[in-house]
Amino acid sequence: MARQFSVRRQTGFTAIAMICFFALYLPIGVLVIYAFNAGTSLSVWEGFSLRWFVKAFENQQVIEASIRSLQIAVVAALVATAAATMAALATTRTEPYRGLTLKYAFINQPLMIPEIVTAVALLIFFSRIKVWTGYSGLGYLIAAHTAFCIPFAYLPIRARLENMDLTLERAAADLYATPWKTFRYVTLPLLWPGILAGLMLAFVISLDDVVITEFVKSAGQDTLPTYMLGQLRRAITPEMNAISTLFLLLSICIVTVFFFVNKKRI
Amino acid sequence: MADLNAVEIRNVSKIFGFGEFAFAAVNDTSVAIRQNEFFTLLGPSGCGKTTLLRLIAGFEFPTSGEILLNGENIAAMPPFKRPVNTVFQSYALFPHMTVAENIGFGLQMLGRPKAEIQARVAEMLKLVRMEELRGRRTSQISGGQQQRVALARALAPQPKVLLLDEPLSALDYKLRKDMQIELKRLQAETGITFIFVTHDQEEALTMSDRVAVMSAGRILQVGSPREIYDAPTDRFVADFIGETNFLKGRVVSAANGVADVDTGVAGRIAAALPQGFAPDGEVTVVLRPEHAMLCAPEAAGECQMTGTLENVVYFGTDTHYHVLLSDGVTPFTLREQNKPLQAARFAQGDKVGISLEANAARVLRN
Amino acid sequence: MSEAAKVIEAEARRDVRNRWLLSMPALLIILLAAVGPLLIVVVYSFLTPGPYGDVQWQPTLSGWINVFLERDIFDETLSLADAHISIFVRSVWLSLVTTVLTLLVGFPTAYFIATRPDNSRELWLFLITIPFWTNLLIRTFAILQIIRNEGLINNIMIKLGLFASPVQMLFTDGAILTGMVYVYLPLMVLPLYASMEKLDFRLLEAGYDLYATPFQVLRRIIVPLVKPGIIAGSILVFIPALGAYVTPSILGGGKNLMLGNLIELQFGQGRNWPLGAALSITLMLIVMVALLFYVRNAKGSGAKHG
Repeated sequence: MARQFSVRRQTGFTAIAMICFFALYLPIGVLVIYAFNAGTSLSVWEGFSLRWFVKAFENQQVIEASIRSLQIAVVAALVATAAATMAALATTRTEPYRGLTLKYAFINQPLMIPEIVTAVALLIFFSRIKVWTGYSGLGYLIAAHTAFCIPFAYLPIRARLENMDLTLERAAADLYATPWKTFRYVTLPLLWPGILAGLMLAFVISLDDVVITEFVKSAGQDTLPTYMLGQLRRAITPEMNAISTLFLLLSICIVTVFFFVNKKRI
Repeated sequence: MADLNAVEIRNVSKIFGFGEFAFAAVNDTSVAIRQNEFFTLLGPSGCGKTTLLRLIAGFEFPTSGEILLNGENIAAMPPFKRPVNTVFQSYALFPHMTVAENIGFGLQMLGRPKAEIQARVAEMLKLVRMEELRGRRTSQISGGQQQRVALARALAPQPKVLLLDEPLSALDYKLRKDMQIELKRLQAETGITFIFVTHDQEEALTMSDRVAVMSAGRILQVGSPREIYDAPTDRFVADFIGETNFLKGRVVSAANGVADVDTGVAGRIAAALPQGFAPDGEVTVVLRPEHAMLCAPEAAGECQMTGTLENVVYFGTDTHYHVLLSDGVTPFTLREQNKPLQAARFAQGDKVGISLEANAARVLRN
Repeated sequence: MSEAAKVIEAEARRDVRNRWLLSMPALLIILLAAVGPLLIVVVYSFLTPGPYGDVQWQPTLSGWINVFLERDIFDETLSLADAHISIFVRSVWLSLVTTVLTLLVGFPTAYFIATRPDNSRELWLFLITIPFWTNLLIRTFAILQIIRNEGLINNIMIKLGLFASPVQMLFTDGAILTGMVYVYLPLMVLPLYASMEKLDFRLLEAGYDLYATPFQVLRRIIVPLVKPGIIAGSILVFIPALGAYVTPSILGGGKNLMLGNLIELQFGQGRNWPLGAALSITLMLIVMVALLFYVRNAKGSGAKHG
């Protein structure tokens, strides 16, 4: 008998989806496997070994770059999330007022322009400031990262805010809560999963950034991605596989946490 | 040659889930629906009526059994090959198309020429009186209008059978009443077999040629509205439709389709027997409240049964009397139509007598 | 105006003012570190290149002219800068093809996820999200490993005897395309999925009830209703692809430049900041045109927003 009819089925879609998932994970899988390669080749398997991980952990530049990445990411994510939370509160659940669409476009601007354009703009802008002030520390990178992290933090917070039940806040007001108290005891706790999601998103986006960081950084200010970019352009060793694998592991951990936070929807 | 039945369900079962979670939405059910009839599936929610409808439409496949359409077994046919159309409970109008486009969709899918589609759409719009709204998006019209568009859309391809899944449940009272008349008229005019699903017994009784009462995946009784109401053969049917009195008794004798039943506190009652049913032990007799009358208080001793009046409820058109029979246990309800400006005859606590109309009592199968 | 109306109006004004105050931090940061600098780029595009990079404060149009034209060094005549034009064309072309390919693969994938039963759907979403959050570099590097001459594909093909010697796949337009499709695929799937999640599958039933075949249901019901997702996904792929820099750099080598590489060149070896600035603005303009196209399409669809 012919296969039973299903309203949702479309021919070939499942097959393509499976190929898609396979194709997405194959390259990454290969990369991870060869991180454990005993030999120096990137394609000939010579046995299992952890030497490349050891080498990565001993690599001074890698360690420095990683620390710098984390420093920037932590600060940028925190500041961006705080700013985004305030911006979300300011732009949601309101009748359209003058300048609202403009504000919305402004906040999401980093998403609408190719990274390289922003990178060029910041390069030019900061180089001029460097000449004027002589300062060339991490500040520029942190500022740049914070800016493009804001829309990424903004979106999940806004989404959560829009889905929140307004009547809860009205109930609080009815029970003598001032606007601040309402925010602190009702809005904020309910908003918290969204804020966490925004924070994690901002953190990962900052960690991952390559283009803007590459343009804005001064010499010697490598983050992990820019270090890797430099290496990729020169000599490729399995050490890169090891570093990539560790980075991948970090991403997976964060995504998993993100999923659990999102699940816990009150 | 006898007319082929429009739809025939033969021992169809539909089981969802498996192992310990399996449950039969439709349980070994059989029914034959005739050409050109307004047939209603009536039952409480969860009884399987919608599942049965979906089986006919092709969105579910029977776990066992056959489904015949005009004699042809369609169990393996996908829905887009069956000449059957559905009016969905949620209407399921395409939001990205106008009213006219929705109505013409079926014919378009069948590849009919443009001119024919246009003509038919115009015809349908006229039929449901929606001509001015033909260019509107379906999200911009009212619920009642959406319902009519859904109807027109399903009728446009001239299906052999039209399935209606509780189409009036979202409408307000007045609109629903109007649509009931409308649907009845359409069915008579088009001659298409309508299979109508509802949980509203009033709807079923007023609109249908025949009604099938369903419960827990089974069809308990099929018959005309009058048969269902006056002659229920199943306990559930008797209970679900209207109000009923249940009296337990013992068959003393039976002849010519009538049983003489000794019900104890309610005396000896002559109750009609269902066809082919010849019990001889304990049975249940049913009697509708409107087929009983309160005896005059003076003649209380000569009535069929006696009891104490527990409650009198005034309903405008009639009055309900809730009586506790003389055994102090059995309840009995009577309904009497109110005459104009008639003073209340009885009050709570009165001792009353009850007499029954002839030929009103029936014996249940179970 | 009555007293009550005055109070309400004052409240409304205070509310708007509060909202402006709240959004200040975000707006300021973005103004200083994202939008503001763009204006400076415009200024720089009209200046003269300095000898060691940076600029000299002399206004000139040479930056803009050099975007599309080049001056012959011998007789000073202007002619079309073939190199630049071909880079523009390659960038737009590769971005379009990437968008189309990601759509063709991403649509069934998103549909697949959207039609999974509730309990396994989370898993599939999780699986598609991980590549999305994996560093761009890592993903590009992974593709590099596969298509190199000593990479996976060549190794397998040689082992199977299908190739006699390694086939050069790296440093071609095809390599860039493969890399970009791989990198941007999750960006197409996610908005598509968001649209499909909201699809009322009862409408599909209605379609089938009215004699539509599965393909007709796809074409006439699913696709139109999912259009907002298609457009969002296309934009999310096309715009970054147009400005791609890392992927073409690693997979295309120095020969197959895309617009991003060309721009970077001006700030590196090329030492022509004004040209780089002009090219960036040009890129931005192309993007704005694409966005305008999106906005118009999204409004014109009339269907509910996905």
